[in-house]
Formats: sequence, structure tokens, C-alpha cells
Amino acid sequence: MPRRGAPPEVNAGSMADIAFLLLIFFLVTTTIETDAGLDRMLPPIDDSEVVPPVIKEKNIFAVTINKSGQLLVEEELTDITKLKDKAIAFLDNGGAANGTPEFCSFCKGKRDVKSSDNPTKAIISLKNDRETKYGVYITVQNEIVAAYNELRNREAQRLYKRDFTDMEEEYSNPETSDETKEVLKKKIKNIQTLFPQKFSEAETSDGN
Amino acid sequence: MSKFSKKKDGDVPAVSTASLPDIVFMLLFFFMTVTVMKDTSVKVKNELPKASETKKLEKKDRVITIYVGSPTEEYQKVFGKEAKIQLNDKFSSPSEVGPYILQERAKKSEDIQNVLTTSLKVDRDANMGIVSDIKEELRKVNALKINYTTYEGIAFDNLK
Repeated sequence: MPRRGAPPEVNAGSMADIAFLLLIFFLVTTTIETDAGLDRMLPPIDDSEVVPPVIKEKNIFAVTINKSGQLLVEEELTDITKLKDKAIAFLDNGGAANGTPEFCSFCKGKRDVKSSDNPTKAIISLKNDRETKYGVYITVQNEIVAAYNELRNREAQRLYKRDFTDMEEEYSNPETSDETKEVLKKKIKNIQTLFPQKFSEAETSDGN
Repeated sequence: MSKFSKKKDGDVPAVSTASLPDIVFMLLFFFMTVTVMKDTSVKVKNELPKASETKKLEKKDRVITIYVGSPTEEYQKVFGKEAKIQLNDKFSSPSEVGPYILQERAKKSEDIQNVLTTSLKVDRDANMGIVSDIKEELRKVNALKINYTTYEGIAFDNLK
């Protein structure tokens, strides 16, 4: 009796080869993109006629970058590696006297009357030349953000026993539940009011 | 001893490769799912600077990307070596940034139109002048949330 019914088995030996081919294609085309960077908010265009409030000179921390990448911090030529420490010293100064409404109770700085009154008053002003290299600019931005983060971490450790950057990361993580987010949001807001990022960038100067 | 030496010695049994396709398929599916097909080819030199205090750009659909850098070699003959802005697939002038952002914003669904981030992928050797121009344009169209996209690393390496 001739064999009927069961069809001949298909040879699956080359399946691995085909799968390998596809695998290699996807391996080559894959770019696991790691997009991360420094978040910044640009100031909105202000065309109102309101006169800006007068800011005391001592509450401004002026940073200027020239076209060869040198830094002028508070009218002093400064190495970029020292920028972070200088910014921290300025922000954390807390120069207002004890008893005044601007007194900063948590500051650990020198309380120099010639430097900033309170972290909420302190403004960092950044000015750069049109020919400044972008790499240098990012380094400066990074150092200033680092200064803020360090101070915020310190306060977060004191109040909530964990790092501010850590809380932010958990907050932006899509897997975090809504209840935890609410709690975190409050804490983050609180720290942000202690050390608000007041960061002003002037329009770039032309040449020279 | 005799119990174990019954087999012909020197004859190693062949390793079964029957599960090989399964393993390969598993890998294949992994890479298929994580693959993001690049929708634009970058025509400019794009070596991003490094920074340590970075934040991740979550949610790809809320990001508009602008590339800046000097054109790659094949385009240098036509466009020169000066840093250029690349929007989608073509080189543009700073004044075209505003309309581009508005056009991209209109493509997104309405509920996320206000929370878009503009990712600036700028080559580290570009000048700040062009970046300032872009920032000025972004302010004009009220796209205020920006992200200087960088690599993770030590920021002082940028100075070299």
C-alpha cells in the first residue's frame, strides 16, 4: 500500500540561516538612542511696558565667556573648574542679617554682606560672545546646573533624606505611580522654592 | 570501570543545534522591538558635547529636533564649512526655524502641543552665534522648553 496522507516534512534546516540574516540586519540598523541633555527654559518675549524691578548689584553673579573660551566671573578671570565652587559660594551665601525678612535660615555660606542676600534673590547672569564655542558654553551651563543640584541635594537630604536629582528621576519615570508622583511633586516644588534657578542669559554681544 | 567504557571512545556526540533557530529568533525579536528606524539622515557633523547633569528626554513624540553643525564632506562643496542648521532633511537659515517649529507643532495631537521640547543637537565646535539665533527664533514662536542634547560624560572634556 502506497503511503498517503502525511505530506513530506519540510526541511527546516535553513530556518536558522534566514533568522540570522534578519538578526544581522536589525543589529546593524539599530541605534539605541540615548537622548539626554540639559533642560532649559527660554525667557518669553516681554514686550510689556512694565519697568523691571531694580536688582541689587550684589545679588547678581555675572559670568562672561569670551570667544577664546576664557571666563570672567564677577570681574575676575577664573578657571572653568572653579566656576562651580564660586557659584555655590554665591548662591549659598545668605548675606541678609538675621531678623530681616530676607534672612536665609538654611544657608551655610559665609554670610558676606557684599554677596547675595538669599538664594531666592540670587541671579546668575550668563553672557557669551557670538564666537564662543558651543562646547565651552555647555560646560559652563553644566557647571551652573551642577551647583544648583548640589545645593538642592543638600537640602533634600536634610528634609527628606534623599537626593533631589534622585527624586526628579523617579518623578519623570513613566513607571512611577500617580500617588507617589503627587508626594514627590510637593517635595520637588518645596526644594525648588528654596533654591530657584534664576538664570538670565543676555543676548550675545557682537564680535570683539 | 567496564560499565563506563562500553561506548566507543574518541567519538564525541554531536551537539544538538535544534534549538539554535529558537535562540536566534529570540534575539531577532529583541532587536526588532528596540529598533528605531532613523527618519532623518544627519547631514552635518554632529559630535555632541558632554555633560554630567543631564536629564533624560522621555517620550519621543514630544520632541522636535534641530541639528546644527558644519556640513559633512559630501555637502561641503556646496554649503561650505561654516556651521549650518538642519531641519528635517535640508539645510536652513535661522529664519526658517520658527515656521518649522510651528509646522511640527501642528502635526502633533492637540493635548501635547503645549508640552513640546525642542532638542538642540549642536556640534561642539559650532559657534554660539548660530545657537543664539535659533534661541531667538524659538522665543518668537513661544517654544520655550529646550534641551541641549549632550552625551553623558565629564563636561571638562569639551574644552580639549
